[in-house]
Amino acid sequence: MIIRLAFGSLVARALTVGMTILAIALSVGLFLGVEKVRTGAKASFADTISGTDLIVGARSGSVQLLLYSVFRIGNATNNLTWESYQDIASRKDVDWIVPISLGDSHRQFRVMGTTTEFFDRYKYRSGQSLSVKDGAIMSDLFDTVIGADVASTLGYKIGDPIVVAHGLASFSEHKDQPFRVSAILEKTGTPVDRTVIVSLEAIEAIHVDWKSGAKIPGQSTAADAIRSMDLQPKAVTAALVGVKGRLQVFGLQRAINEYPQEPLLAILPGVALQELWQIVGIAETALMAVSAMVIVTALIGMMATIFSSLNERRREMAIFRAMGARPRTIFGMLILEATLIGAIGAVLGLGLLYICLFIAQPIIDNSFGLWLPIDPPAMREVWILIGVVAASAIVSVVPALRAYRMSLADGMMVKI
Amino acid sequence: MSVSEFNLDTGETVLLLGESGSGKSTLLSLICGTITPQSGTVSVAGEDMAKLSSAKRDQFRAEHIGLIFQQFNLLPFASVIDNILLPLRFAPKRRDRVLNLKDQAKQLCNDLGLPNDILDEKASRLSVGQQQRVAAARALIGTPPLIIADEPTSALDAATQSVFLELLFNQSRANGTSLLMVSHDARLADQFDRVVHMADIITPKGGET
Repeated sequence: MIIRLAFGSLVARALTVGMTILAIALSVGLFLGVEKVRTGAKASFADTISGTDLIVGARSGSVQLLLYSVFRIGNATNNLTWESYQDIASRKDVDWIVPISLGDSHRQFRVMGTTTEFFDRYKYRSGQSLSVKDGAIMSDLFDTVIGADVASTLGYKIGDPIVVAHGLASFSEHKDQPFRVSAILEKTGTPVDRTVIVSLEAIEAIHVDWKSGAKIPGQSTAADAIRSMDLQPKAVTAALVGVKGRLQVFGLQRAINEYPQEPLLAILPGVALQELWQIVGIAETALMAVSAMVIVTALIGMMATIFSSLNERRREMAIFRAMGARPRTIFGMLILEATLIGAIGAVLGLGLLYICLFIAQPIIDNSFGLWLPIDPPAMREVWILIGVVAASAIVSVVPALRAYRMSLADGMMVKI
Repeated sequence: MSVSEFNLDTGETVLLLGESGSGKSTLLSLICGTITPQSGTVSVAGEDMAKLSSAKRDQFRAEHIGLIFQQFNLLPFASVIDNILLPLRFAPKRRDRVLNLKDQAKQLCNDLGLPNDILDEKASRLSVGQQQRVAAARALIGTPPLIIADEPTSALDAATQSVFLELLFNQSRANGTSLLMVSHDARLADQFDRVVHMADIITPKGGET
């Protein structure tokens, strides 16, 4: 009956209580949303590359190698010679190897030279393969496959010509050898979206008339002549490697790291991703802290609402006292009320989160490549909700104490 | 303020006459145990209130005293039945005397001339006269030995006043309940067993209780 009365009292003050509940629901929704985006981003990040056992490149730092080979951020300090590449490729424990050649760009996007095997071997989001949205994977030397972001930003269609610039943010373009868009990939949410993919030979081809990073004046080789040339690269930037058996990963890693002919580095993508996330992770902590502060603000708002309601409710409390309620009961009722507000707010916040998820999930996936799964609340989220309810009870102790004192002083007669 | 002496026998109906500010509220608070005297004793139903802890006094009030105020008696957001049954929540013995809560509440409403379907109505939707009758039903439920009414009719018009008082008298007589009513209206005097003037028992300062 007391719960029913407390509930009735809340309903009677529907407007202010509703506002308070809304504030708590919004803050809880925000917090859970941030939590969702955070875990989603983390998972998405960790899912940038999967199915690859090792990434091999010239010796540098593991995070640096990961950054330029997978995220196309920064540059390789050195290359992996074709001989070393062949050496690794011919090892018995190597199942497959895909070379990557970077260094050129198209507008703001990086150009990556690789083999067609890349499209079979590159996996993201736990084993998902790249898929072609439009067109067909390159068959000609001057064919390119572009990522979804490249296509949408530059408005490219199948068959459009592309001129590759030498280096990054460079004005010297490989104008002699224009490429053609042969396929556009589906959005993946990985750096592939922002990459122009060409064949490994094409990278060599566009540099036929170049030497030491500059065009040889007056020299221009016709596309047909280039086609007939030997376009075997002398070096690649990095290579993605798959091993035959899981257990061979570490052996192969050690062998590559101790490769005598050239200083090389082999990294486990998962480990390097985690290292990188630890750097990026500071932002997530800040985000969490801000949304936690929003919850605290909402709870303080609730405390203020209860405080300001006390005066108009003196009569109500006097009636309870006259009927034999102890001041302690009044105290308990106010705590109960705050707990109810907190609980309703928390549940509404959870509901709000799911509504937003249902609406925003495809939009976020499309525009940011961030996949937010709609799962039943995880243990961690349940604990957050319980924490909010507990915090509302604790916060309400302050106004409840005041009500206790007021009802003790007023007794059953209110002098207003 | 001090009270020289004031007694109320079981089953007696007493009218306490006094102007506002004459100390009525303080006297009632003393009897109900929400305040305790600085000296002297207050005993209700043979129990010395000063010897009880504050929590015990609260429960004692719930068990033994039915209260009706001038107005704003009810929790406006609660239903009539919840309002009537509210004191029983704090008084287990008084509750045990009621065999069927809902039937008893219905019976009381009936006896007090309230319509049958009023039980689930929200208290705030009732007229002032109806609210006072619900308050009376709440005071009477579980037949507490003492009913205290603090100017229960002052918010009512003359016709409703006499009907309300008659109903209250009938009910308390039927249950053998003592009735202490506080009012400034001397015209009500002839309906009570005894009339006590506040001025006769209270001196503004000093003296014995």
